[in-house]
Amino acid sequence: MTALPATFRRPRVDSTNGVWLALGVTLIVGGILVATDGGSLFGQNSTISLLQRAAGLGIVAVGQTFTILAGSLDLSVAYVISLTSLIAAETMAGSDGRILPAILAVLAVSASIGLVNGLLITKLRINAFIATLGVGLLIKGYLEQGYAGPAGQVPVSFQHLGYDRIGPVPVAFVLFIGVAAVAWVVINRSRYGHHLIATGGDLDVARLSGVRTDLVLIRTHVICSICAGIAGLYLASRLGAGAPRVGAEGGYDLESIAAVVLGGTVLAGGKGGVAGTVGGVLLLAVIDGIFNQLAVDPFFKQVIRGVVSVAAVAIYALRLRRKGAA
Amino acid sequence: MTVSPATLNQSRRSRWGTGSVLPVLAILVLLLVAIAIRQPDFYDPPALLAFLKRSAPLIILAAGQYFVIVAGDFDLSVGSLVTAEVVIAARMIDGDPSATWPVVALLLGFGLLVGLVNGLVTTLLLVPSFITTLGMYLILVGAVYTWTGGSPRGALSDEFRVLGRRGIDGVPWLGQIPYAVLILLAVAALAILAMRADFGKVLLAVGDNPRAARLAGGRVAGVRTTAFVISGGCAAVAAILLGGFGGVSFQVGAGLEFTAITAVVLGGVVLGGGRGSVVGAMLGALTLQTLLTLLNLLGVAGALASAVQGLIILTAVAIGGLRART
Amino acid sequence: MDSPDPPEALLRMCAVGKSFYGVPVLSDVDLDLQPGEVHAVVGENGAGKSTLMKIASGVYQPDSGSMTIAGQTAVLHSPRAAQAAGVGIIHQEFNLLPERTVAENVFLGREPLRRGLVDRRAMRGRTADLLAAIGEEAVRPTDRAGQLGIAQQQVVEIVKALSLDARILIMDEPTAALADHEVELLYALVRRLQARGIGILYVSHRLAEVFDLSDRITVLKDGRRVVTLDTPDATPEALVRHMVGRDLAAYYPPKTGAPGPALVTLTGAGNARLKPLDLELRAGEVLGVGGLQGSGRSALARALFGADGFRTGRMTLAGKPVRVRSPRQAVRAGIAYVTEDRKGEGLVLSQSVIDNALLASRAATPRWFGGGARATSVRDLLAAVEVHAAGLDQEVRYLSGGNQQKVVLARWLAMAPRVLLFDEPTRGIDVGAKAAIHELIRDLAGKGAAVLMISSELPELLGMSDRIVVLRDGAIAGELPGDASEEAVLRLATGTPHEVPA
Repeated sequence: MTALPATFRRPRVDSTNGVWLALGVTLIVGGILVATDGGSLFGQNSTISLLQRAAGLGIVAVGQTFTILAGSLDLSVAYVISLTSLIAAETMAGSDGRILPAILAVLAVSASIGLVNGLLITKLRINAFIATLGVGLLIKGYLEQGYAGPAGQVPVSFQHLGYDRIGPVPVAFVLFIGVAAVAWVVINRSRYGHHLIATGGDLDVARLSGVRTDLVLIRTHVICSICAGIAGLYLASRLGAGAPRVGAEGGYDLESIAAVVLGGTVLAGGKGGVAGTVGGVLLLAVIDGIFNQLAVDPFFKQVIRGVVSVAAVAIYALRLRRKGAA
Repeated sequence: MTVSPATLNQSRRSRWGTGSVLPVLAILVLLLVAIAIRQPDFYDPPALLAFLKRSAPLIILAAGQYFVIVAGDFDLSVGSLVTAEVVIAARMIDGDPSATWPVVALLLGFGLLVGLVNGLVTTLLLVPSFITTLGMYLILVGAVYTWTGGSPRGALSDEFRVLGRRGIDGVPWLGQIPYAVLILLAVAALAILAMRADFGKVLLAVGDNPRAARLAGGRVAGVRTTAFVISGGCAAVAAILLGGFGGVSFQVGAGLEFTAITAVVLGGVVLGGGRGSVVGAMLGALTLQTLLTLLNLLGVAGALASAVQGLIILTAVAIGGLRART
Repeated sequence: MDSPDPPEALLRMCAVGKSFYGVPVLSDVDLDLQPGEVHAVVGENGAGKSTLMKIASGVYQPDSGSMTIAGQTAVLHSPRAAQAAGVGIIHQEFNLLPERTVAENVFLGREPLRRGLVDRRAMRGRTADLLAAIGEEAVRPTDRAGQLGIAQQQVVEIVKALSLDARILIMDEPTAALADHEVELLYALVRRLQARGIGILYVSHRLAEVFDLSDRITVLKDGRRVVTLDTPDATPEALVRHMVGRDLAAYYPPKTGAPGPALVTLTGAGNARLKPLDLELRAGEVLGVGGLQGSGRSALARALFGADGFRTGRMTLAGKPVRVRSPRQAVRAGIAYVTEDRKGEGLVLSQSVIDNALLASRAATPRWFGGGARATSVRDLLAAVEVHAAGLDQEVRYLSGGNQQKVVLARWLAMAPRVLLFDEPTRGIDVGAKAAIHELIRDLAGKGAAVLMISSELPELLGMSDRIVVLRDGAIAGELPGDASEEAVLRLATGTPHEVPA
């Protein structure tokens, strides 16, 4: 029996590649716009702040990729970020020696929250939207009750995470890419990752094949919350303290979901990946950067952000439809 | 038609399964009893009517959101739409009484228009409603901030506030029937009639199985868009009432989209579409409002209200889910 | 006559019983399976076949009775436990993940590991070996399951079961979605599996296959085992009588005489899936559409219905040129389409019988008033087609396949269509309901409608059609009279002279 010839895979512009196309177009158009305005999109300062912005959202979006791939969702991430930034800052209390306990505390708390999310969804069979929303509200209540404003103090040595650079690239961005790379390996090469995609693709098929979907979902939510915790650590290092509203005000919940969906991961689950999410995060960050360079009214920036996000999704949706009709 | 014993039990089950209003009704009764214990004069007709008046905006919003959710979509823009409408109203009226009714018409038209845009982008451009309405949310917030330069200007006229604040006075025994309650009853009646009509049945079919609905000759895109238009219209009505209650600020509609969606789910409507009743959605909103009132009476700090709300939502949905499976 | 059971039966179920909500679905059923045997299980829908298979594959646990596998007592708490015990099941609806590759699907849940990570090369290699072992050449381990045809997806399901070292294979209506030449490939596959000593429980409504393949046949009726026969000793008539108590000879309603004028004409009509074709649908006539899977039969029906309309050529309806661009237009013009996939495209499962029956009326011709009169006439229609349900408000998901199909029929009848397009109208339906639907179709034609019927079951195609059109590769390969032979149809469908296996 002769081996079958390897198929030549035609590069398809599918929903995942689409985000890179959109990113490229945005960079070109934005670069021109900014240049005509007298600024420079690709200058060092603007690139650095762009990458810093991408890092925070990106780490959360990687975690959200896991939940969406599994056919679930996590709306509590914004509040987890705020909470963990406070835990980090207060535990450190300005002392270098307490950095490690702070990191461990953050990981422990965020993992527990993820565990609670996962248990609510699998054991009590509460819809993910509601379950994570409910948990988010619980955290929000605790934050509003206990904190009027920023608290805690992050020692200078830890602030290096937020401000250091390797060349022009912020350390935080490297952290983001590192987290994304690990996530890629886990999703594509580990048994858990295969089960994750199966659970999101078709829960019943996965179960019938012996996949322990409940455990997969719980694990997924723990991972997502831990990512939010890492993002909280990063934000604490940027702010020098913890802040009770940094998560909600940064829009990390909805924007992380938007980044994932822009990257081609299907909201229903079972299709997509981290690579696309990275693209989605960069796209959102680039748009932000363009507006900053153009000194656009920050409120108007939001309008354009909304239009662009919807437009990008519309473009790849139309493309999918055209392919389907062919 | 022959009845077989095996199917008889299943038919009974289907009436009490997911989508029934029993769980939310039970909670509502419990809460009302709790309030009665705590503050017996809550049940004086004037106090009850005042409570209904305060609940009206949320109930109307929930009714609008119901149409969208049962069609299988989400409308995350209603909160910011309410805020936008109130701010627009203040700016356009600017204290001039003669501007009241034209502005009211403008507000209704604007709400319907926003709903139309949401619907068209979702159905024609094939953007997931989640993204569309999230984008619209950002656009509305940004646009409103841009237009007012960051702080709301102008003032609402007394004529405008009449709808929210006043009512038919001198009614024996009841005291005053607030216009808000009358408007609420009208909206509720229209919603129930709409769901009983062909439109409502086809809407449910579209939410459950859009392919089957299309192959049965239904206009799927038209029906879904109409649902968004209804939601936008309801947001406009809610904004008019809310404008009457209090001052003009950017916080008027903050978070209302999630409250509305939670109310709808609490009422037994299934996210994803196809199941649930509009009466259930409205009862869910009433229940939420009752909960908040009870918390106020118990002296629970406003901040903790979020946490308690989250907890009760989780419990209610979990119980509803458990009941559906037994 | 049951022979005394030898001690090493592959599978033995003794006095198995199961009830749901106090209603017995299986009572005192015995079944045994020998190595290398094909044991067919037949019975009407509701007879308990599906429940029995679910017990054998670990989805349900029996309320009473016992089960042994290769002599060892087996209590299967879950599908996974059943797999571990060597029981594999190929469902009628495939359990595949369309976005994942064949290899990923086959090894789902048991991915091989190397140094902690999934060994994708080993997965691909083993899948390729399994595919070769059953003689499958067209499927590659790296193909995405969603892009394979139905027959190939079934092969993947079989490979999946084999990869679990199944010694017992349960096949549930395996040929329901296959065309005739694919069925032969499956036959060959089954024989190869038999040769390896694998025992097969073969659940099917198609008596021809049951007689071709099986060594023994067990008939279930109303949850009880009626009889187990050695196949050589059985006849189709006797089987049917055990299953329903009706004679095989009265299987198809008599065909009518001369057809009326052409109601629908297509001239040079084509689209992405269909080459330009000419066709006539005549009033009072049942036009059968034959062809292999993928030949464009459903595409033709969908194009006529505007679901994926024609892009070239002309279409006329009752003499007037029309352009049917959407199902809504088609419905309002008097065309009805009973889809192949009732659950996915026909019914709204969470809604009631009456709501489903009223769906087309409400969706295509919505009204503000007059709903009451419409509901009454639909109720009459539901009674006329004899839908068996626990009340008109029962959710349609609980009905059997045959009754669900009747609800769909009632829905279309309520629109008083002039043209009816049926796509596999009796697939997955038991004998009794099949006959009722055949009667309904013949009756509709008798009242002057133009009927198009797609069927993969040759006896049904030949038994029901006044005229037959055979498609091949998106074009009409030829036209045959209603009394043509199976070979003639197959010849046109495959495009080569066909030899009937001995």
